[in-house]
Amino acid sequence: MEKINKIQSSGVPLPIEHVDTDQIIPARFLKSTSKEGFGENLFRDWRYNGSNANPDFVLNDSKYSGNILVAGHNFGCGSSREHAAWAIHDYGFRAVVSSEFADIFKGNAMNNGLLPIEVSSAFLQELTEAIITNPSTSISISLEDQTIAFDDKDYQFDIDGFKKKCLLEGKVEFDYLIDMRDTIKEYEQNRTF
Amino acid sequence: MKKTLFDKLWDMHVVKTFDNGPSVFYIDRHYIHEVTSPQAFKGLEDKGLEVFRPNQIIATADHNVPTLNQELPIKDPLSATQVSMLTDNCNKHGIKYYPLGSEYQGIVHVIGPELGFTLPGMTIVCGDSHTSTHGAFGCIAFGIGTSQVEQVLASQCLLLSKPKRMRIKVDGKLKQGVLSKDVILHIIAKLGTGGATGYFVEYAGTTFEAMSMEERMTVCNMSIEMGARGGLIAPDQTTFDYIASTLYGPKGAELEDKVKHWSSLKTDSDAVFDKEIHIEAATIEPMITYGTNPGMGINIFDQIPSDSQDNELAKSLNYMGLKPGESLLGKSVDYVFIGSCTNSRIEDLRIAAEYVKGKQKAADVTCWIVPGSKLVEKQAIAEGLDKIFQEAGIKMRQPGCSACLAMNDDKIPEGKLCISTSNRNFEGRQGQGARTILASPLTAIAAAVHGKIWTADAAIERNQSKIESQSR
Ligand code: SF4
Repeated sequence: MEKINKIQSSGVPLPIEHVDTDQIIPARFLKSTSKEGFGENLFRDWRYNGSNANPDFVLNDSKYSGNILVAGHNFGCGSSREHAAWAIHDYGFRAVVSSEFADIFKGNAMNNGLLPIEVSSAFLQELTEAIITNPSTSISISLEDQTIAFDDKDYQFDIDGFKKKCLLEGKVEFDYLIDMRDTIKEYEQNRTF
Repeated sequence: MKKTLFDKLWDMHVVKTFDNGPSVFYIDRHYIHEVTSPQAFKGLEDKGLEVFRPNQIIATADHNVPTLNQELPIKDPLSATQVSMLTDNCNKHGIKYYPLGSEYQGIVHVIGPELGFTLPGMTIVCGDSHTSTHGAFGCIAFGIGTSQVEQVLASQCLLLSKPKRMRIKVDGKLKQGVLSKDVILHIIAKLGTGGATGYFVEYAGTTFEAMSMEERMTVCNMSIEMGARGGLIAPDQTTFDYIASTLYGPKGAELEDKVKHWSSLKTDSDAVFDKEIHIEAATIEPMITYGTNPGMGINIFDQIPSDSQDNELAKSLNYMGLKPGESLLGKSVDYVFIGSCTNSRIEDLRIAAEYVKGKQKAADVTCWIVPGSKLVEKQAIAEGLDKIFQEAGIKMRQPGCSACLAMNDDKIPEGKLCISTSNRNFEGRQGQGARTILASPLTAIAAAVHGKIWTADAAIERNQSKIESQSR
């Protein structure tokens, strides 16, 4: 996994609440057996009318660019499909900002080097409005300091300490578990139930 | 320290806790299917690793399999590839697999419990969010992403932080015509689609105690739809009797011994939850959803909310082709789907058969009844339910996830309205542009017969004056 710490970019606003994983990547695109190429179909049914780009959808609006997706409350609810995180990352985003993430999505994102940043509803609203007013608004994120800032505003976000370490070092949970296998065997032998 | 059932199960499965970090959490049972496992096996192989505990894994093909002519090769090449990769991976790693054609194949959350692989006190994961279903047996069961599937394949463990605990108590007797599906839709409508994010839920109270295992599974199944990590119900005699009837569950002295341990799996009387909710069963009527997430649900006799400031509502109703303030009862429907891991078990099919017996499906409604597993299908045939459906003009199909997520050919066409017993009404969930209304199997079959949104006779009678005042 690539390391993540500082991100500086403009943002793409998607102020819709409860965006579910079926919108992020519809089920009919889950038939691949690899992890690549899902970005093409990110938000497929909002992004396209049939095979034509929907000009009203934000990813087709040339005003907006950057690798930070600024979403609405309860982002990523629904299915456990990691394909949702793969699609967002593959499209080029490195961070998603929301006032709440669904648990499984949040975990999946962090396991794939996509940073979910949880901010207050008030900050989210200000940030969204700032981007809509001025699409080139520059957003700076520091994972190390747990801060996100734009214009003269900033916010200190929470993140699980262990996950933070993994993201900063580009280390995956998998490696910790593999190292634990002897301890796990011992646990299995000592179980009494 | 007084403990909740969740705390007890959690503590039993912690292998080690890192200072100020997550716990290494042991998984007893891992279910896998064709869609979320290929990348995990690939990851393992790329690292040159073996599956750590193949005996604790059960596999089946369910998500993208056809529900007609299952004996023929799968036509869609991508689906066929996923299924054959699952077959190869199971063969290679010595994993117990129930493929298409096996007498025990079916939806992963239906076959696990019915075969006796899901047992009280277990920790259970699967790369599918409705793994919460297994919580009905007093398990910590939850859905995981593919990276985590790979972790469990390699170590039988996950790195987890402990969620908060919520208890939802429902007490009293349910009114006639109100099913367990209505109870969970009522709860989700109350909490909202993110209302339990960060929590693990325990369902308690006399209403759940009176439920059969199948009814409890319907409730726990949908825990994820309010954002909960999972939901569980303490095991009791109903649970033990169910397990005794399963094919591979423990039997005789072994069962007795286990029951002794399982009987201790309860929340201590004065244990504290982070959040408590209490509902009287008598306040619940048949429920339906009107919007594009499962939290947008109402009593079937109520009207759609009409908050003109609510952009989400406007967006949802626009997709659904519905109006604020509209009544849904009596609105014509195009499709009815009875199936999915929420409501495809034998009791669900019995409910549908009992209602439809001697009646006819409305001519302009397409109705799909999809049993959850080969065993459910076999039982339905033994009881003559398929004949009852056939006489009513409905063909019973073969087991699979089907129109729950429409990865196979069972897609609801664009713009069509479907009453569905599944668990998600998201935009496009049942096919591009499809409009989904979630309901109980009784409400669904009533809609198939009447050709419009309708429900159990008893509930209709009880609400007669309300129905009349609305139509005036
Ligand atoms: S029936 Fe639907 S919800 Fe259940 S496992 Fe299959 S796809 Fe998932």
